[in-house]
Amino acid sequence: MLNSNTYVFGFAFAVTVLVALMLSGAATVLKPFQEQNFLKEKQENILSVVGKVAPEDYKKFDQYIKSVVIDEQGNEVENVKAFDINLAYDKKLKSKNPSHKLRYPLYIFEEGGKKTYILQLAGVGLWGPVWGYLALDEDGNTVKKAVFDHKGETPGLGAEINTDGFEGQFANRKILDESGSFVSVQVTKEAKADDDPHKVDAISGGTITSTGVSNMLREDIQFYLTYINKSKKV
Amino acid sequence: MSVVTAPAPVKDSKPLLSKKDRKLVTDPLSDSNPITIQVLGICSALAVTTQMKPTLVMAISVTAVVVFSNMLISMIRNLIPSRIRIIVQLAIVSLLVILVDEILKAFVYDVSKQLSVFVGLIITNCIVMGRLEAFAMGNKPGPSMLDGLGNSAGYAWVILAVSFIRELFGSGKLFGFRVIPEAWYAPEIGYVNNGLMMIPAGALFIVATIIWIQRSINNYTEEA
Repeated sequence: MLNSNTYVFGFAFAVTVLVALMLSGAATVLKPFQEQNFLKEKQENILSVVGKVAPEDYKKFDQYIKSVVIDEQGNEVENVKAFDINLAYDKKLKSKNPSHKLRYPLYIFEEGGKKTYILQLAGVGLWGPVWGYLALDEDGNTVKKAVFDHKGETPGLGAEINTDGFEGQFANRKILDESGSFVSVQVTKEAKADDDPHKVDAISGGTITSTGVSNMLREDIQFYLTYINKSKKV
Repeated sequence: MSVVTAPAPVKDSKPLLSKKDRKLVTDPLSDSNPITIQVLGICSALAVTTQMKPTLVMAISVTAVVVFSNMLISMIRNLIPSRIRIIVQLAIVSLLVILVDEILKAFVYDVSKQLSVFVGLIITNCIVMGRLEAFAMGNKPGPSMLDGLGNSAGYAWVILAVSFIRELFGSGKLFGFRVIPEAWYAPEIGYVNNGLMMIPAGALFIVATIIWIQRSINNYTEEA
């Protein structure tokens, strides 16, 4: 009986259904806790690019950071919360359907009368999504700091993008050339990247991840520039 | 080496563990240790042991998976058709591993990020399926749980010992607290952390040394 085909199929089916039920149950119950962690991580990332890393800073997130949502024309979008935007998902939709309208969250930090723009970045590495936050000075040109993270890049290679060694290179890089047009910050294997304000050293053995980060920077920073330039003129 | 003491099971009907039951827990600590004698689960022993905190969480996770998969498989051992037993075992193990992963993500998110893919890879840890095939398929749930507990404790003490050495000499800390004083790093004293400890190759040397010591103490020799 134990080896009849009917029994084997029946048993396999029952096990699958039970396992699936338990997993979906657990996922539903634990989701609120996990989302809280994701939100906290996001807020901590945003604060970290403007140098607020103490645990008590995180509690004052709303005091430090003002968030706006901007559209492709560089206008503020009303009634949409910055944290509700899933940038990676929107960009994926856009790649399938070019008429899809992208909206970007922008976080603004103000201290001592000086603004810092915190740009959200989303791209793809070798194995999955990569993302990051980039703090841009009020002049709309100088990078103050950048942080990156990834879902599953290779440890020791592509995964190095979230180390200080890589992120630290971004401080004081410029995204505009001398004539004021956008050139982004390129992640490149060229030697002497240190002397060029538009280049940082790529990661050895992490070429595809590095290229992904480079593309992400170019695409996403450009989107914000319309808005930042507009608010500069006002 | 510190010996991990197993808590006395509450569910057992007998007041004390029988000698046979006790052997189930104590044997895998040394005489049939999954890492040092059977050389199973080495991959994660190299991967997660740079610091003690994630190692401890990994040890607890593996314990939960081994104990409960042993229990569940043992409970249904007479119902599983032998032709699909491996895939049924895998389904149960995957269920438990994903549950552990989800719970870690919900309650110890930072550690879960450090462990990243390695929690998911518990599914492929040979200790888990090894115990299911070797023990749970042929024994009652109670002894199976004890067997799981013993084997995961055997795994736990080895990876904790490895991470103790790696974190102490690799970053001068234990459980994230500084043990080697900052002052030693000053140029006059010139102490430096051992970079080898931070990479998997370092773990390989430590695991090998532990295996060597353990086998000399036990007089264990590979069967020809």
